Amino acid sequence: MIDPVTHRPALATGVRLHRDSVRERDVLLFPEGALVLNDTAAAVLALCDGTRTVVDIATELATAYGADDLLDDVVELLEGVAEQGLLEPADG
Amino acid sequence: MAEPAPIAYPLMLVAELSYVCPLHCPYCSNPTSIVGTRRSAELETEHWTRVFGEAARLGVLQLALTGGEPLLRRDLEQLCSAARDAGLYSTLVTSAVPALDERLPALQEAGLDHVQVSFQHADPQRSDAIGGAVAYDLKLRAAALVVELGMPLTVNVVLHRDNLDDVEAIIALAEELGARRLELANAQYHGWAALNRAALLPDAGQVERAERVVFDARERLGASMDILWVLPDLFEDLPKPCMGGWGAEAIIIDPTGRVLPCQSAATLPDLPVENVRDSSLERIWFESELFNRFRGIDWMQEPCRTCPLQRQHVDHGGCRCQAFALTGDAAATDPVCHLSPHHAALLTDRDAALAAAHAPATPRPAYIARTTRAPR
Repeated sequence: MIDPVTHRPALATGVRLHRDSVRERDVLLFPEGALVLNDTAAAVLALCDGTRTVVDIATELATAYGADDLLDDVVELLEGVAEQGLLEPADG
Repeated sequence: MAEPAPIAYPLMLVAELSYVCPLHCPYCSNPTSIVGTRRSAELETEHWTRVFGEAARLGVLQLALTGGEPLLRRDLEQLCSAARDAGLYSTLVTSAVPALDERLPALQEAGLDHVQVSFQHADPQRSDAIGGAVAYDLKLRAAALVVELGMPLTVNVVLHRDNLDDVEAIIALAEELGARRLELANAQYHGWAALNRAALLPDAGQVERAERVVFDARERLGASMDILWVLPDLFEDLPKPCMGGWGAEAIIIDPTGRVLPCQSAATLPDLPVENVRDSSLERIWFESELFNRFRGIDWMQEPCRTCPLQRQHVDHGGCRCQAFALTGDAAATDPVCHLSPHHAALLTDRDAALAAAHAPATPRPAYIARTTRAPR
């Protein structure tokens, strides 16, 4: 479980966002694999730079999209990505 | 008739930069025809640079820089930088010989994303004995340096009779080194491994015990380390989706520029040769007879054509090279499939080989060392 107020998520070492311009989609690239992202997921992960907290990210995106509270969605997405070992560990 | 499915874009480029290797592993997946190949026949930096750009524009995301030993290329830094410029995610697949100490920081700076270091065994002497070279300490140093530089590390070990009982220690070694991934692939008996089958063939009990160790470790390790486990075909009764299908996901380019749908496709007869020196990757991928030969399902024979398990799009008929090696027909169903009329012969041959190799009185044959050097 991550604490959205204090945790500052970052992509794990060797994981990077990539725009696949041939298939016109965003992907997360990592050793021997690629994860296809929808626009929301790509927008969230683009902000996972280790400086923003989860709350910062949710607020920033909600403002950008004129959306209501996105915190639950962001947490759920990050937990899914973390389960695959693609984010730095929360205690790290 | 339905419209034929459009040809998918490739995802993976395997760049075999040089066949020369300081190690002599008896199961090497390079073809045995590498004996006598010359470094002067290797592609130039400009060829690879062009090809990486073409690959990225075709949709390739992942690039494996391999060989032989890719560190023997003096232009490896330039090639990593070309890969990064093209937007490819690059992996160096290395024996860690020669030493990486001086070079890895520059490779990382140039854009290298990930390093795979091979080990042959968790025990230093036995690892060096299997690889036929003093390499273990260099491997340890290289793995430590990869982690120290903040790069993801994969440890890979090809498994066979002489190291399957060591899987627990291999997993412990990978954990200790801080590997994110561990590839444990059983040797497949093509090429050099076929030459060395009498020495390498494990018994079924060894494979089963190792598999249990792997499954337990996976449970314990969770997301902290991925373990890839690949069974040997000889102990399975359904074929693997070799290369994700012929001309479906992957492109192999050998050191001389030949473009192939799989590492051993050059062993198949009557296949037209394609070379990046003469043609664009795009033309070869979409239009060449080579890449279209076993694409889709129209080329399939029985029993694949009317597969009762409906696995045509799951395993793509299995491995073409294995079908040819065991039946003489590259378009036959992979005899690993229990539905193949050749499956019974495969089992008879395997069991005879197992009985011969594991009979108590049988002396262990020496490995035939993988080499590019022609006999004098």
